[in-house]
Amino acid sequence: MHFESGVGHIGGNLSSLDAILLVFHEMLRPDDSFVLSKGHSAGALYTALWSVGRLQDDDLKRFHKDETLLAGHPPASGIPDIPFATGSLGHGLSLAAGTALGFRLRNTPDRVFCLTSDGEWQEGSTWEALIFACHHRLSNLCVLVDHNGLQGFGATADVASMSPLWERVRGFDADLVAIDGHDLDAIRSELLRPRDRLAIVFLQTVKGKGVRSLANRMESHYLPLTESQYAAAVQELGES
Amino acid sequence: MRKQLCDALVARSADPRMVFLTGDLGFMALEPLQAAMGNRFINAGVAEQNMITVAAALARQGLEIWAYSIAPFLYARPFEQIRNDIAFHRLPVRLIGNGGGYGYGVMGPTHHAIEDYGVLLTLPNMAVYAPVFDEDVPAVIERAGAAPGVCYVRLGRGEAPRGYAVPAYAPWRQLVDGGGPVLIAVGPLAGTYIQACLDLTWARRPRLWAAAEMPLAARPIPPELLAQIQAADVLAIAEEHVAQGGFASQLLLHLAGQGVTTHRFTHLHARAHHYERYGSQPYLRRQSGLEPASMLAALDLA
Repeated sequence: MHFESGVGHIGGNLSSLDAILLVFHEMLRPDDSFVLSKGHSAGALYTALWSVGRLQDDDLKRFHKDETLLAGHPPASGIPDIPFATGSLGHGLSLAAGTALGFRLRNTPDRVFCLTSDGEWQEGSTWEALIFACHHRLSNLCVLVDHNGLQGFGATADVASMSPLWERVRGFDADLVAIDGHDLDAIRSELLRPRDRLAIVFLQTVKGKGVRSLANRMESHYLPLTESQYAAAVQELGES
Repeated sequence: MRKQLCDALVARSADPRMVFLTGDLGFMALEPLQAAMGNRFINAGVAEQNMITVAAALARQGLEIWAYSIAPFLYARPFEQIRNDIAFHRLPVRLIGNGGGYGYGVMGPTHHAIEDYGVLLTLPNMAVYAPVFDEDVPAVIERAGAAPGVCYVRLGRGEAPRGYAVPAYAPWRQLVDGGGPVLIAVGPLAGTYIQACLDLTWARRPRLWAAAEMPLAARPIPPELLAQIQAADVLAIAEEHVAQGGFASQLLLHLAGQGVTTHRFTHLHARAHHYERYGSQPYLRRQSGLEPASMLAALDLA
């Protein structure tokens, strides 16, 4: 999909794909909500929606092309499973918090899952949302952080000294845990654990996971695959 | 207008779908609303970006959402949130900004909103309400509550002269009739001109109109106003908003689209945030040439 469209953002898609697939296949109930705060991983979201039959092959073929529903970042309309257009970082946690609060005010048992990147915690608005979600003890909200340690123009540790992020968030009234973001058993266990307050699951991930030419490389954030990278990636992912 | 706002919102607060959010503002004004709404009155704290996005998410679930702050904090800081999270999704969130224009006076320029509706009207599906008189607030809240998309209510301070019979609310109202120039003023500024106009003889007296809603495409100019504009020697527009993107530019564009021209046009507007000295709203209006005396001088009526 990305190779045919000549589109990047693959590294962040691969680091978050395990968690997104697990959420869509095992966690989301019909009226639950998923907010992709790291909107540049739209490719991973579309893949997950396709894998549960909510998008079709033809939809993916039109990814990033003219007349598409599948824009480079989640669109504002056209895909019922995508409640909000994201892509400007720092909005998703507030969207998720508001959704969770709305569920509570309406006395519904529905839940919200929100996937953020680690870099976007540099946005002040994310901390506003954290304060709000903790204060209101939004126990129906689970935040997943794709903690791959890389961002657009450097390592998160070098740009903002925020790594590891869970150490920065400690002290807020939330249930925090850091796990291997590619260990499906660990992710499943944490997402199923009942909580009485906001949950934040820090997924320690590898940007570009599964593809040797991309793994842990900053350029995997933006750059599209070359033909040889694509061929190698298909083979490596098939082997894994 | 905060008391009228509170009363109008309390009147509709029994609806369980209604949720009110404030950015930690409303002290000594909104306590009755807080008491009436219980857990549906949310002080979202000093965090406007989060407040606006939470409002969007609540509105998406069909709740009736009102979000309040003082005007500059409501639209400037969270503009991207209004744009991306509300406007893009066509969500009906009612944004209430207190102290539009120079309403917060000597508090200083950080507390002024003189580019608010111009900026907000660049967004799709946005409506703006600028009540002129305190008596307008209930009708404005009713209309905002029924608005299909996002809207911004720019509250100010009603300044009708003592004893003036305030006409029932409408997007366009003629407040004073006369034989002089056509003068259209936006929001509460219109009220400040009433007495100055009435003090003139009929022949010189401006035909003063108050405009209270935008955009204009959805609020046709009344035929009698259009006729007055076409016949007048002078059309003047006064707004407590900067020239760029303000009501005047909207109106002139609208008139041009209808092939209506004016002989002479005068625009009274907020000049800028840059001041050498600070002061009250009347003082700042004087600095911008918006107070009645400057208005008369600008129209050669002094």
